[in-house]
Amino acid sequence: MIREAIDGENPDRLYTVTGGRSRADENAFDLVTLIVSESDPAPGMQSEHAAILRMCRTPVAVVELAAELKLPVSVVKILLCDLLDTGRIAARHPSASVVRTPLPHPEILKQVLVGLKKL
Amino acid sequence: MDSRSSEVAVQAPPRSRAPLASTVNDALKIVIVGGFGVGKTTMVRAVSEIRPLSTEETMTGAGIGIDDTGGVREKTTTTVAFDFGRISLNERMVLYLFGAPGQERFWFLWDRLFAGTLGAVVLVDTRRVADSWYAIDRLEHHGMPFIVARNNFGEPEHTLPQLREALSLSDDVPLIDCDARHRASSKSVLIALVNHLYALSTARETSP
Ligand SMILES: Nc1nc2c(ncn2[C@@H]2O[C@H](COP(=O)(O)OP(=O)(O)OP(=O)(O)O)[C@@H](O)[C@H]2O)c(=O)[nH]1
Ligand SMILES: [Mg+2]
Repeated sequence: MIREAIDGENPDRLYTVTGGRSRADENAFDLVTLIVSESDPAPGMQSEHAAILRMCRTPVAVVELAAELKLPVSVVKILLCDLLDTGRIAARHPSASVVRTPLPHPEILKQVLVGLKKL
Repeated sequence: MDSRSSEVAVQAPPRSRAPLASTVNDALKIVIVGGFGVGKTTMVRAVSEIRPLSTEETMTGAGIGIDDTGGVREKTTTTVAFDFGRISLNERMVLYLFGAPGQERFWFLWDRLFAGTLGAVVLVDTRRVADSWYAIDRLEHHGMPFIVARNNFGEPEHTLPQLREALSLSDDVPLIDCDARHRASSKSVLIALVNHLYALSTARETSP
């Protein structure tokens, strides 16, 4: 049911999911910020919030949540803001040495190479 | 409003894949960009520890290059779909690989989606080289380091130096052959990119 509504881009559906808010604080989450639950779903909780808490018992990136919930990334970010504000999730952001512009620290890249070579 | 709203129980979707280790705390991004059907998803699948997933991002309103001078701002929406996979690098780091279409509207969302990306692979199908020009131009514009990989769609008609010339690619951008269907080949593309990034990064560290 939910799937259908969302696949069909039903605007009412998205409105309901987000409580009508149109945007989250854009800087609060990266596509690959890792989300970890800090609590179990509570009875009566909005179902999307509960689904996120169940999925994030181990770390899950924002973009994976969006794919699995079949919701646009921006909608998922709004849901995550709610959960972050109420202390139900923790967010592990990409570290400064990774997102450093224009290039990550060489030490980081060395670790990436080691990881890739083991593939 | 739709009454089916949030009371409907959303099952946590089946996670048909390896969960990340609980110790992972740093996620990195690499983007594979290229024209329609060039092998982006194939390359992601070849190296990913999960089956490729897809999602989309929507952007509404200003910032899509619409004219803002009229009285009523037109509401414009652009939606970009992309797919991705991931590779756990060690107990703390995971690398996400995104397959992204290089079409024009995609680049409006670049900063929003791919700020902080390590680097990019431009996949080229030599039967449609022109598709890659735009992607290369945009990556240069965004100051995003990249390499170019020519996908193996049969015996190539041109040498790599000829392709480099056709792409007006400067000599310091690596250009290699690959077959996206093979894990070892796709892996070596990623290694070539990260080697390139490493060289650029160490050069910066040591330059005055
Ligand atoms: N011969 C050959 N075929 C390939 C290679 N890479 C991909 N293909 C095939 O090309 C077709 C398209 O590959 P995809 O990975 O779906 O391409 P894509 O870039 O994700 O396509 P879109 O997302 O539709 O733009 C598939 O049938 C692949 O099996 C390659 O290196 N060599
Ligand atoms: Mg694809």
